[in-house]
Amino acid sequence: MPRTADQILEESFLDVRAKLLAVAATLDRIDRAAEQTGGLSEAQVNRRAQVDAAIEICVGDGPDRAEKLQRLFSRTYQPEWRTTMHL
Amino acid sequence: MDYIDPHIHMVSRITDDYATLARMGCVAMSEPAFWAGFDRGSVDGFRDYFHQLTDVEPRRAAQYGIQHFTWLCINAKEAENVSLSRDVIAMIPEFLDKPNVLGIGEIGLNKNTKNEATIFLEHLDLAVEYNQLILIHTPHLEDKYQGTRMILDMLCSDSRIDPSRVLVDHVEEHTIGEVLDRGFWAGMTLYPVTKCTPERSADMIERFGGERLLANSAGDWGPSKPTAVPDLIFEMRRRGLSESLIRKVVYGNPIEFFSKSENFRFVERDSGEAGSLS
Repeated sequence: MPRTADQILEESFLDVRAKLLAVAATLDRIDRAAEQTGGLSEAQVNRRAQVDAAIEICVGDGPDRAEKLQRLFSRTYQPEWRTTMHL
Repeated sequence: MDYIDPHIHMVSRITDDYATLARMGCVAMSEPAFWAGFDRGSVDGFRDYFHQLTDVEPRRAAQYGIQHFTWLCINAKEAENVSLSRDVIAMIPEFLDKPNVLGIGEIGLNKNTKNEATIFLEHLDLAVEYNQLILIHTPHLEDKYQGTRMILDMLCSDSRIDPSRVLVDHVEEHTIGEVLDRGFWAGMTLYPVTKCTPERSADMIERFGGERLLANSAGDWGPSKPTAVPDLIFEMRRRGLSESLIRKVVYGNPIEFFSKSENFRFVERDSGEAGSLS
């Protein structure tokens, strides 16, 4: 008998709450440091934007958020790699 | 529950880990050749390593009732040194008749470079020539998707390769589907931070079923947990998944895949009969 959505949320709620708090606190920490020591470098601005995009995926609909996050954090597949590498 | 860890690097573990694994139900394991935490400088360094994998570790495991199997190769990180890699590939046949060798692995890609791909293809030639099973490492993090696709491109464009004799390891949510769809076996690595948690692995089992799917701990020199497979068993039980599905993933599937190697002479604890699944 598969678990119901209610059961899964009940079992996972505190764990999800803790993980969301950890993310929120990390973003706060980055912002505080940016205020005190200057903003993010260009490379880190891109990473920060990736985090925002990941959060948007999490609040979106659909059962495949984990796969979408994985693709967000992946380099794009270059199908012509063999030609590029002369292999 | 008896289980098999199909991918664990015991040369990196202390003897107490063997005892702990035995207490947790581990009855067999397979150890792919991999990076040792440093780049080795000569083919003799690898010869000593292969001696460790084919002679020392099986004896260490046997003290705790665990059957130890292994795979041989030069790993993707050290494959950047093409000359050394070719020397190692030429030396591997010295060890292919050792009784615990299941095949060539873990070959693959690390940073998806030309040198890595070149040596990967030469390992495929070796595996075909000696009719060996193949175990494949896929890259980490942002390189995993491209690297996995490159590996599948190389495997699928080689008509000599039988997908049912290849295990593609370290799959995650964005790579598992294509690996299974193309007929390969897929391995999920339960590893802190960079790979899969037991919860996410159980999610993938729920989504894809248990067919051609294995789970391992990696248990290597980095941050890792050698008892991660029992953690997955616990998570699957917690979700109410069937005992038959759990047993298939952590025991039946490794036996089915490894049995494609003539060297897999597994003695089941229950029956004492080699290779029996009853």
